[in-house]
Amino acid sequence: MNTPAMNTPTPASAATRKRRRLAPNALLGMLIVGLVVLAALIGTFWTPFDPLKINFAMRLKGPGGPYLLGTDEFGRDELSRLMLGASSSVWISLLTVSFSVIVGTAIGVLTGFVRGWTDRIIMAFNNALLAFPGLLLALGLLAVVGANKYGIILALGLAYTPSVTRIVRGTVLSLREKEFIESSRVLGNSELYTMFRHVLPNCVAPLTVLATSMFGWVILAESALSFLGLGVPPPAPTWGNMLASARPFMAQATYLSIFPGLCIALTLLGINLLGDAVRDRLDPRMRGAR
Amino acid sequence: MLRFALSRIVMAIPTLLIVAVSVFVLIRLIPGDPAQLLLGDLATPASIADLRARLGLDKTWFEQFAIWFGHVLQGDLGMSITSGQSVAGLVFERFLVSAQIVLAAVLLASLVAVPAGMIAAWKQNRWPDLVLVGTATLLVSIPTFWLGLLLLLFLGLELHWLPVVGYVSIADDWKAGLLYLAMPILTLFLHEIGVLIRMARASALEVLRLDYVTHARAKGLSERTVLMNHVFRNAFGPTWTLIGLVLGNLLGGIAVVETVFTIPGLGRLLVDAIFARDYPVIQGCLLFVAAVYVLVNLVIDLFYPLFDPRVAAE
Repeated sequence: MNTPAMNTPTPASAATRKRRRLAPNALLGMLIVGLVVLAALIGTFWTPFDPLKINFAMRLKGPGGPYLLGTDEFGRDELSRLMLGASSSVWISLLTVSFSVIVGTAIGVLTGFVRGWTDRIIMAFNNALLAFPGLLLALGLLAVVGANKYGIILALGLAYTPSVTRIVRGTVLSLREKEFIESSRVLGNSELYTMFRHVLPNCVAPLTVLATSMFGWVILAESALSFLGLGVPPPAPTWGNMLASARPFMAQATYLSIFPGLCIALTLLGINLLGDAVRDRLDPRMRGAR
Repeated sequence: MLRFALSRIVMAIPTLLIVAVSVFVLIRLIPGDPAQLLLGDLATPASIADLRARLGLDKTWFEQFAIWFGHVLQGDLGMSITSGQSVAGLVFERFLVSAQIVLAAVLLASLVAVPAGMIAAWKQNRWPDLVLVGTATLLVSIPTFWLGLLLLLFLGLELHWLPVVGYVSIADDWKAGLLYLAMPILTLFLHEIGVLIRMARASALEVLRLDYVTHARAKGLSERTVLMNHVFRNAFGPTWTLIGLVLGNLLGGIAVVETVFTIPGLGRLLVDAIFARDYPVIQGCLLFVAAVYVLVNLVIDLFYPLFDPRVAAE
């Protein structure tokens, strides 16, 4: 028996106490994400200026004055465009993550429960799709569905579905032979009822961990695609296409290359901090690690 | 050991085959007729039908796949619609450009991040850990294309230390080539440091909690021996796997960095092909990068037993 363990409280009580307290980085993450969501919500309904109104008399005005963060090469208010960009990022990521989680869960549950050849064939394709690195699958899918707002949601949604399928199927497989699932069947409950009542709730924790990181991946991927010119087409502002159009003016209007990137980085930082906190709390492998 | 290696190699074959099928199907799903696109708007129905026959587009998908896959196996990925060059040659030439950046960045990042992550785990929750984890989380949150722009602004436009945009092959002029490569490599290096520190730290933490580490310390082994022989070696496995994933992911996402620094790499080739609807090039790029990803991970898997012999014994 090692001495330090004698002085510390029993593991169970330490774990519960730790779970109740919020870590400062989780708090910071929540604050940042909350601010972005707030900016997006406001930006959906109201912006200080019309984000699309071109005014050449006011082009490339630096930050300060009535235009708080300056104007772009068409004299459009940078702050208004950033707010509308936030709203488009938040909406796209919400829809994309929902799409992946719903479709991926459906396929994962199906293959995990049916097994046999259906499972083998679907999983073979699932694993092959996981063999496309990073943005590659999304780029390929964009070539098919076309570069616009809905194309992005579909392409990114489909690209991230295989990760969801794999996690859900794994959880279903690990559960289906457990005693409590068996007892539900013995009680005469239908497969469908057993699935929704007993199996799916156990997928919630791993899915929450995955979905939190997915928000970050989607926001990053969306802005990268917009930066490449394959995202939401201009004049609609996104952080990615704002950075791309700021490039020719990098020397004369540096702030145009700073603000949109800062927005992306801050959002990702918030999601990463939040994601770490969620994982520490929900991932059984991390339990007791801190 | 040999059985482990053979089973891994055999397992990669169906994956590669299904990857090929997926790419083939994906390209066939793109709306529009390639023959029509090749000939332009002024084409007559007869000339379109003629070209469709010559391209084999009038055959069934199954026959088309068999013919296409037969060519792929011989290293023939078709011809680019826009430039008329061989896709295989084009893809390989561009791949070399991207690969040198990705390899250099990941190699340098691993050398810095793996020891840093392990030190962070060892000093868990004390200041070296907090500084390292904070830096890592910050670095992974900065998108590479913005980091690249910031470096351009600072090192290029402000300090004039490095050339702003362009590319010179190292083979032509190694000094100028290195200068042009410095910023893209630095960009990916900084980003991957963040990714790898977090992973190395997490896996070292998992090992540090195991009973045999407590046992080794209880035996009276020096902390140095415990860390070097018992912790770090075992903790390196998951990080090693991640290095493989990072290599492939970078290759899949390098288009943005190549766009920032106007480098004629593989990512840019794919994006330009998507804009130009150059199907053979899109198809070739997708297939090539996915295949490289599978093969890199295979090689990584094959070397894994060097760090953790238990894997091969199973």
